[in-house]
Parts: sequence; structure tokens; C-alpha cells
Amino acid sequence: MHAFRNILRTEARLYLRDLPTLLTTIGLPTVILVVLGLIPSLRKPDPTFDGQTFVSYFAPSLLVVTLAMVGVNILPAVLATYRERGVLRRLATTPAHPAALLAAQLVLALAGILASALLLIVVARLAFGVPLPRHPLGFTLAFILGTAALLSLGLLVAAVARTTKAAQALAVPLFLVTMFFGGVYLPRFLLPDFVARIGDYTPPGVQALLDAWTGTPPQPLHLGIMAVIAVAAGAGAAKLFRWE
Amino acid sequence: MPVIEVTHLKKRYGDLVAVDDVSLSVEAGEIFGVLGPNGAGKTTTVECVAGLRVPDGGGVSVLGLDPRRDAAQLRQRVGVQLQESQLPDRLRVAEALELYASFYRNPADPAELIDKLGLGEKRNTAYKKLSGGQKQRLSIALALVGNPEIAILDELTTGLDPQARRDTWGLIEQVRDSGVTIVLVTHFMEEAERLCDRVAVIDRGRVVALDSPAGLVSTVAPEQRIRFRPSAPVDDRLLTDLPEVSAVQRTGSQVVVTGTGELLHAVTSVLARHQIVAADLRLEQSTLDDAFVELTGHRPAN
Ligand SMILES: Nc1ncnc2c1ncn2[C@@H]1O[C@H](COP(=O)(O)OP(=O)(O)OP(=O)(O)O)[C@@H](O)[C@H]1O
Ligand SMILES: [Mg+2]
Repeated sequence: MHAFRNILRTEARLYLRDLPTLLTTIGLPTVILVVLGLIPSLRKPDPTFDGQTFVSYFAPSLLVVTLAMVGVNILPAVLATYRERGVLRRLATTPAHPAALLAAQLVLALAGILASALLLIVVARLAFGVPLPRHPLGFTLAFILGTAALLSLGLLVAAVARTTKAAQALAVPLFLVTMFFGGVYLPRFLLPDFVARIGDYTPPGVQALLDAWTGTPPQPLHLGIMAVIAVAAGAGAAKLFRWE
Repeated sequence: MPVIEVTHLKKRYGDLVAVDDVSLSVEAGEIFGVLGPNGAGKTTTVECVAGLRVPDGGGVSVLGLDPRRDAAQLRQRVGVQLQESQLPDRLRVAEALELYASFYRNPADPAELIDKLGLGEKRNTAYKKLSGGQKQRLSIALALVGNPEIAILDELTTGLDPQARRDTWGLIEQVRDSGVTIVLVTHFMEEAERLCDRVAVIDRGRVVALDSPAGLVSTVAPEQRIRFRPSAPVDDRLLTDLPEVSAVQRTGSQVVVTGTGELLHAVTSVLARHQIVAADLRLEQSTLDDAFVELTGHRPAN
């Protein structure tokens, strides 16, 4: 526990030292939100979105940005690099277990995701009148399960990829798919219906987030699938993870 | 009482037998060298001792404990420097040592260690910005920061400049004088001769020799050579009759006598008896280098 705390503190310092990456991961969704919010027509209620504004409709997709960046991109890249460079192995020669380093990375990933989501929700509310999530319990649940599913996938990538390059080769397509089905590249109402429906079930489950944000309880099936992905990918990662 | 005992160690990677049959024991307080050509199985052997690899056969005991079963205890008591291992780019020297020190019950003072290893000016430098030799010194410091009873150092001075290498040798001697047992994997024969009480030469996964450096040289490559210019003509037979002499050659006015044992004494006495003065006399003895070549058929890599 003692070792974990010190490792976490050190790793946090390393994150803070890489300011550009930190600002991008935490701030990018909010920056996109602000840019879109500056376009007046996107702030008008629109029947296409059941009378919501486009900005409200799109906000859950913006949550996907940080989730995807941190979960399937940064986390596996950092872990694969640490393994490739022998950082994990060296730690294994000390009384600290390399799992402490992995745990510290997970905590930092979560912290980044949380900070980014809070920033987005608060700015959306204050600047563009996007209501706070109307079904807070459902939203929290959808957010936790979606995050867990993506982080587990990230760990799975880190587990099966032997090198940093291999991790990137796996992470990049996964990232693009996550962003695409999350409706980041093309808002989901422009996607063919079946593509949008697929997106309901790909992590982090943007439909459940949208439902909960606008006040409908998320569908159990949507949440269930996220839980299944989280557990399956997490178990796979635990089984396959190599420290060297 | 040996602190490390390895008996008939065997380790395969798939079809490749990396360690075939290695037995050795390391006594408390000694500096034990592990020599051998590239790919001989040195790193694999010491990593089995460090508990980083699981042997396929044979036994390893460290401080009377099993490196796998008693890993938690041994990690407190054994410091390891891995041959290939880096740190995060942005981690600074002092941060790395303070972090690692915090893992141990009874650590060394990081600041003192930093100074001892000549990293004082680099205390706040990020790992990425250190030179190769500075990284290596940090790596040595990390192996010692837990105040270990045994330090396993794989390629201690590879990448260091000659001065830094000598400084590191001095440091290792200090560490040994404080009672630490040291296992040193090295490609530098000079390093082994200077530091090691005993060395094991490993070739193709087997121990081919185990002795003190001087002992190795005298048993494996006992040949000595004397060159001199005689003040008067010498009859070859005068020399070849000596039991210590194996051959006599002449190059120009120079006589070259090869042989073993107390060669120098035998040759100079016989010359003195015949009132011949040996000018420009030089004795060439084999070095660990020669013994290494003799044992493995390779030149030591450096
Ligand atoms: N992780 C591994 N997987 C597969 N083969 C390995 C692995 N590690 C080492 N080997 C092989 O095992 C043999 C012994 O390697 P080892 O690293 O023990 O040699 P070494 O004596 O330390 O060599 P060097 O002087 O080059 O460091 C080599 O043929 C090497 O290719
Ligand atoms: Mg090696």
C-alpha cells in the first residue's frame, strides 16, 4: 500500500510534467463543445433531436473523446512502453510489485477521465444551458460501466501487445472505431440507423449516456453489455498480462 | 557458508537451451564474477538466482531461501541491476532513487548514494537527458539503494568511460568492504581480475571453469614468455635442458623462451652461471584474456 502510494505520487508527477498531453486529454472535448456552441444555430432547439439543441444532443459523444483517448490509446501505450523498456521488470526485483504501477496508471486514467467529464458537463451547463444529467443515478452507472469497459479493453491491448509498436497497431483502429460508433466523427443522427444501433453496444455505450443525460433511464441491455465487456476484457487482460 | 547455491541449473526458452547445467556457490562477502561469451547463459543464470526466471531444472538457494517461494523476503535483501532496463523518460535522478528507497525497510540515503556515484550535478535531470554512462550509474545506485546483503550486477560497467569504470570499481570495493556479497556479470577481463575473488566461466550453458582469476590463468594458460638480448652467444641446449622451458626461439639478436612454472628464476640462474647478462629482459605472462580464449575459443567481447 505504502509502495503503491509512492508510485502513484511519482506517476502523477510524470503526468503533470507532460502538460500538452494532459491539457489535450482533459480539455479537448470542452474545446470542441465551445467551438460548436459558438455557432448560434446549434444552440436552437431542433425537432431532429426531440426539441433539444444540437449541443445537448452531441455532448455525450464528446464524453467519448477523452474516454477513447485515455482508455484505448494512452493507457495501453504507457503500459506497453513500461514493459518494453523493462520498467515493470526492474520493479519486480524490488519489494514493490509491478502491479502497483499498473494500478497507479489506472487511477490516473480514471482521474483524467473524471476531470474531463466534469469540465465538459459544467461548461456545457454554464455556457450553453445544457441541463445537468437529468437521471443522475443512471448517468453515473452508464458512465462507470462505459469507462470500465474501455479501460478493460485498453488493458487487454496492453496485455496482448508485446511491444509499444504492437500496442499502437492495436490501439489506433480500436480508437477510431470507438470514436466513430460513439458519433464523434459524424453525429449519430447522420449515421445510417443500423450503424447508430451498433454504437449503442460499443463501449462506452453512448446511447445509455444520452438517455440518462436527457432523463430516460438507460436500458438495462445497454448497461449489461458494457458490464459484460468490462468483465470479459478485464479477465482476459489479467490472464494474458505479461510483466516482461 | 555459501549465500548462493546453484545446483545443476537448467533453463530452456522453447527449444533453445540457454542454461544446460550450471552449478556454483557464492561465499558470503566475496565478489563473484560470471564470465562468458555472448549468449552463454550468464544473464539467464543470474536472473534465475534473482527469482526473475523459473528454472526448468536444478536448484537455486539464496540466503538459504527459495527465490520463487520466498520472493518477498529476498526482494528486501537482494539488490539487482538488470542488463537491459530503463526508467520513464521524465523521471528525475533523485526522484527515482527516493521512490526506490521508499520500497525498502532499511534503505540507504539516496542523496549520499547520488554523490557516491558522481550524479550530484544530475540530481534533478530527467532520465531521458542522462548520458549512457549516467544512466548506468543510476541503475547501479538503484540496485544498492535498499542496502542489500547481496547485489547482483549484470554488466556493471558496460557503457562507462575508462575513468567512470575505475570509479565504479572503487565503489564496488567499498560496497564489498561493508559486507555485501556481489555477483558480477562482466565482459571485461580487467574488471574481473581487479575485483573478483573467484570467477565462473560459462560457455554454452555450462560452467567450464571456476577458480580465482590468478588460479584460472595459471591452470588454463600457464604459458609464460621471456624475451632478452644475451651479452654473449647462448647455446639453445643450455635453456632447453631446463625442465621449465618448453621452447626457445630467436628473432634477430633477441631470444624468446617460453615455458611454465618458475621460468624466470630458472632462466636467469642458468644465464648467471655462465656469466651471460640478459639485457632488455621482459617477462610476459598470460592474462585472464588468454585463459578466456583458451576456455571458450572466443576473444572476450568489448
Ligand atoms: N527471453 C528470452 N527468450 C528466448 N530466448 C532467450 C531469452 N533470453 C535469452 N535467450 C537466449 O538464451 C541464450 C542465453 O542468453 P543470456 O541472455 O543468458 O546470455 P548472456 O550470457 O547473458 O549473453 P550476453 O553476454 O550477450 O548478455 C541466448 O541464446 C539468448 O538468445
Ligand atoms: Mg547478458
